[in-house]
Amino acid sequence: MADTMQFDLVTPERKLASAKVREVRIPGAGGDLTAMPDHAPLITTLRPGVLAVVAADGAASYAVTGGFAEVTGAGVSVLAERALPVGEVSLATIDALVSEAAANAASAPAERRDAAEKYAADMQALKATLGL
Amino acid sequence: MPSLKDLKNRIASVKSTRKITKAMQMVSAAKLRRAQEAAEAARPYAGRMDAVMAGLAGGMAGSDTAPRLLAGTGSDKVHLLVVMTGERGLCGAFNSSIVRMARARANELMAHGKTVKILTVGKKGREQLKRDFGNLFVGHHDLSEVKKMGYDVAQTIARDILTRFEHGEFDVAALFYNRFQSVISQIPTNRQVVPATFEADAGASALYDYEPSEEGILADLLPRGVATQVFTALLENGASEQGARMSAMDNATRNAGDMINRLTIQYNRSRQAAITKELIEIISGAEAL
Repeated sequence: MADTMQFDLVTPERKLASAKVREVRIPGAGGDLTAMPDHAPLITTLRPGVLAVVAADGAASYAVTGGFAEVTGAGVSVLAERALPVGEVSLATIDALVSEAAANAASAPAERRDAAEKYAADMQALKATLGL
Repeated sequence: MPSLKDLKNRIASVKSTRKITKAMQMVSAAKLRRAQEAAEAARPYAGRMDAVMAGLAGGMAGSDTAPRLLAGTGSDKVHLLVVMTGERGLCGAFNSSIVRMARARANELMAHGKTVKILTVGKKGREQLKRDFGNLFVGHHDLSEVKKMGYDVAQTIARDILTRFEHGEFDVAALFYNRFQSVISQIPTNRQVVPATFEADAGASALYDYEPSEEGILADLLPRGVATQVFTALLENGASEQGARMSAMDNATRNAGDMINRLTIQYNRSRQAAITKELIEIISGAEAL
């Protein structure tokens, strides 16, 4: 069994990370999951949360706001709408995101109210996790 | 016959025009490089997105539960043309080639009895379409305040398109933009975004587990897909605009150079003619004595 796999994190604007890693913890829409080499092929949507990567030479984590992850035996590629290394997230950035999500939830039509509110709550949780 | 003074002024003014066009060309060259890098950087995301959605959509084809963004509304009466142009001119045929394509499409659709609505992005397209299709405009996105073409701009436009779709304002939407081929060639492109179309071919989708469900993921991804396509179009357009401006300004600089040469020759000829004339006058004056 291979002990590393390819990990790619891309946003619409650029490729944020590409490396050989041992495990990736993904904030999936249905709950967190950890992908390791030779994981069964899976596609999941993301909720706002922290994406943690463990590589041979250390760990890294990124704050992501949504998108999806594609897991195959050979690697994980995460397509995030917005992503930042955790160290670069400022209080202002996260506050802007939280209030945007809250405003969105308040104005969402009834059939999408639940999803929008969950998104806003997840965003709050992300802020709490980051501990800013 | 212009006087020597006129010619001299003329040469000076063409020279300063040449300086301006030369400067614009160099600015465009620098901007083009940045725009190309941005377009390059966006490619992995767009490509991946397209491939995953094509796979999902392939599995969903023909299913009754397919989201409306994929399956369409079941009719194709009302078409929304999203015409994406630049905010500024002086870039050769960049804006007019998009407008020409959109105009041809609008006329074709109307000839088939469809209703056409136009959403303009960028000032130039709006100005050029206003006379013929002013009554078909449903909205406009102004990009003149946008410093850096970011994903949020694309999201705003995509959200506008999607809201209109949810309100049943149109059945089919297509983006009109220039795809960047090279500095001298930009291809006007018409890409349908609603119902969704994909560039990648479907296949190998059955291998995956889906969480939450195929439908759930697809419903989540399709709006993002629209935003991604708008973003790709904006970036391609940005690179095309700079490329077109660069070659247009290169031509202008060269033309100005030619004109200066021609004017200088004319100037020298008339200067010599004047000298010769004066000499003749002096000599014949001396002979007459």
